Amino acid sequence: MAVGEPRRVGYLYALPALLVYVAFLLFPLLHSGWLSLFAWDGLSLGTWAGLSNYASLFSEEGAAAAFGHVGVLILFFSVLPVCIGLVLATALHRVRIRGLPFFRTVLFLPQVIAMVVVAVAWQRIFAPDGALNFVLGTEGKAWLGDSATALLSVGIVGTWVQTGLAMVLFLGGIGKVSADLFDAARLDGAGPAGEFRAVILPALRGEIGVALTLTVIAALRTFDLVYMMTPLGGPGGSTTVPAYEIYQRAFHTGQVGSAAAIGVVITVLAFLVTYVITRVAGRERA
Amino acid sequence: MKLPVIAAVPVIAAVVLAACAPGSDNKPAQQPAGEVRTDVAAMGDVTLTIWDQETRPAQEAQIKELNARFQAKYPNIRINRVGRSFDDLRSTIKLGLTANDAPDIAQVNNGKQDMGAFVKAGLLRPMDSYASAYQWTQRFPESVRKLASYPDSGDVLGEGKLYGVPQTGELVGIWYNKAKLTELGLQPPKTWDEFDAALARAKAAGQVPIQIGNLEKSSGPYLFALAMHRFGNPADETRLATGRADANWLTEPNRQAARQVADWVDKGYLTTGFAGLKSDDATEKFGAGEGVFHVNGTWSLATLKEAMKDNAGFLLPPGGTVTGGTGLPWAISAKSRNPDAAAAYIDFITTQDAMKTVASSGNLPVLDAGQQPGAGPERDVLDKWQEASTSTKMVPYLDYATPNAYEVIGGAVEQLMAKQLDVEAFLGRLQADLESRRGGR
Repeated sequence: MAVGEPRRVGYLYALPALLVYVAFLLFPLLHSGWLSLFAWDGLSLGTWAGLSNYASLFSEEGAAAAFGHVGVLILFFSVLPVCIGLVLATALHRVRIRGLPFFRTVLFLPQVIAMVVVAVAWQRIFAPDGALNFVLGTEGKAWLGDSATALLSVGIVGTWVQTGLAMVLFLGGIGKVSADLFDAARLDGAGPAGEFRAVILPALRGEIGVALTLTVIAALRTFDLVYMMTPLGGPGGSTTVPAYEIYQRAFHTGQVGSAAAIGVVITVLAFLVTYVITRVAGRERA
Repeated sequence: MKLPVIAAVPVIAAVVLAACAPGSDNKPAQQPAGEVRTDVAAMGDVTLTIWDQETRPAQEAQIKELNARFQAKYPNIRINRVGRSFDDLRSTIKLGLTANDAPDIAQVNNGKQDMGAFVKAGLLRPMDSYASAYQWTQRFPESVRKLASYPDSGDVLGEGKLYGVPQTGELVGIWYNKAKLTELGLQPPKTWDEFDAALARAKAAGQVPIQIGNLEKSSGPYLFALAMHRFGNPADETRLATGRADANWLTEPNRQAARQVADWVDKGYLTTGFAGLKSDDATEKFGAGEGVFHVNGTWSLATLKEAMKDNAGFLLPPGGTVTGGTGLPWAISAKSRNPDAAAAYIDFITTQDAMKTVASSGNLPVLDAGQQPGAGPERDVLDKWQEASTSTKMVPYLDYATPNAYEVIGGAVEQLMAKQLDVEAFLGRLQADLESRRGGR
């Protein structure tokens, strides 16, 4: 048997990982898909519902609102952090400031802290007698208790959390770019903007793809931040998200089938988004 | 001979589908009456698995002591206690009761989404035979037993069979700051006019008249219920709170109550930014001397006693109608192999002696509260519970009405207070939730 030729024994090596994958990922996923076809309260016998759980997701107000809110959150969790991360990374790369590792660590810190802690800390900041109102001189404003500002407030925290991740990814990417390229760009008379467009942006294509994928998925499945900061879906239900609807339906209102259907839709959305992003920004073309 | 095979496919598929439908509908057989055994020592070696939510310090203290005494009295029974916080217990009990190794005893929330749903699914054992064997019918007033009674359909709280008995009671009343009232030259209000006057005087003096935080949307409904007590009557309010078929939200007293809440908001009687303030933070502020009144439950006693000592007082709303209920009732799982031992345990932790332990550990006992020692705010709470629980003016929480009531009422009151719903739209929202559950489910 020639070296490097695929052998069946190879599957044996992959078997342990495959078993874990099937038991803890594939099976629950398929089981959720199965449950989503039933009207089931989690207690008595479920009745076959076909695709009606999915159909009602499109007609019913609550689910539609939740998916709308998550669209807004993608802006805050993904688009903004990637933009800000690009600017920060470029700046930190161009300007050789002292103590760079310190600033890098500080900006990355939100990623390391548990989301629940982040939520409680920001809840204090947004409180009527909190730091934000003190700084802005708007004492008594209930940022998290006003349906006009609640989602925005949660989104800002998301940006704060995700920017560090994007920046660290981009800094690593820029670090790999050969200094010759920067020199060449400067010889050709490129300013900071030209350098950014001609050198940094193309070189970071892969990293941008990774950052977008990670942050969009984080936005789609976000739960802890929203649930902690704005309990029960926030003022006027203005911060409900699909993950919150899943929790609410499965554990509290006895609509397990509907909850599973939302879960399946979120999974499919995540796959689609990941697929599109890797297609557009994938490394293979760079 | 291909055809029969193909024809069989849909049949097989149907069989497989039916077999794989989640859940089960086999209700456990009911034990016939008259077979109740109350001689614990004769039950042999038994292990009782108990899921409780007695995890706060005062609760933990009482249940540990009672468990130890039970063990000492009946060495043949081993107690396997699983303590979980209220939220954790609520989220896991559904899985627990449906599992094959279900706990023997569990504390189950009274509402339709919990106890009602479990009764409907046949997961709890009716306790009527034990109630007569242990004379719980005399021990517990009807108002208390009703809060844990359901018919087999699980949809009307307060009717049918008994499914649990509680150890503790709770009231949502009016906490007040004694020093501040004196400063304003006022007595604790006995009438609604006096309450109005006190609020106005407090506002004029630059005080926070009512300290409240509604970020979690739990305190808003307390305030609305308070307003309902002003304009409604206990019988109608109970019908609404338990979601009876003849209940109706679209009445003049309810309109007045909703207008009252909006009016309190308009006059600036509530904490600035109450919509963004956490409920516990509001209690803390009140404890620190910010606010003349604080509409909240007797469960704040420990916090407020610690912060304010005897400066804290507790009142029933003027007129005496008050929102109240019991701690989570202790129920027996239908799957328990030792229901007699389980009932003996529940009997043991609700005796007169047990009530003394419950009270001395800092809890509000459901029975004999008036006879327990205590001073200051504790005295207020014990006496007011004694008064309310034996009167006909205690009204259940509004969220027992429907499986979604907690979310619907919390959300609607929040929007009423934010001026996003007017009075008619607000009551319409509540009425719609009530009607959506009629006939169906």
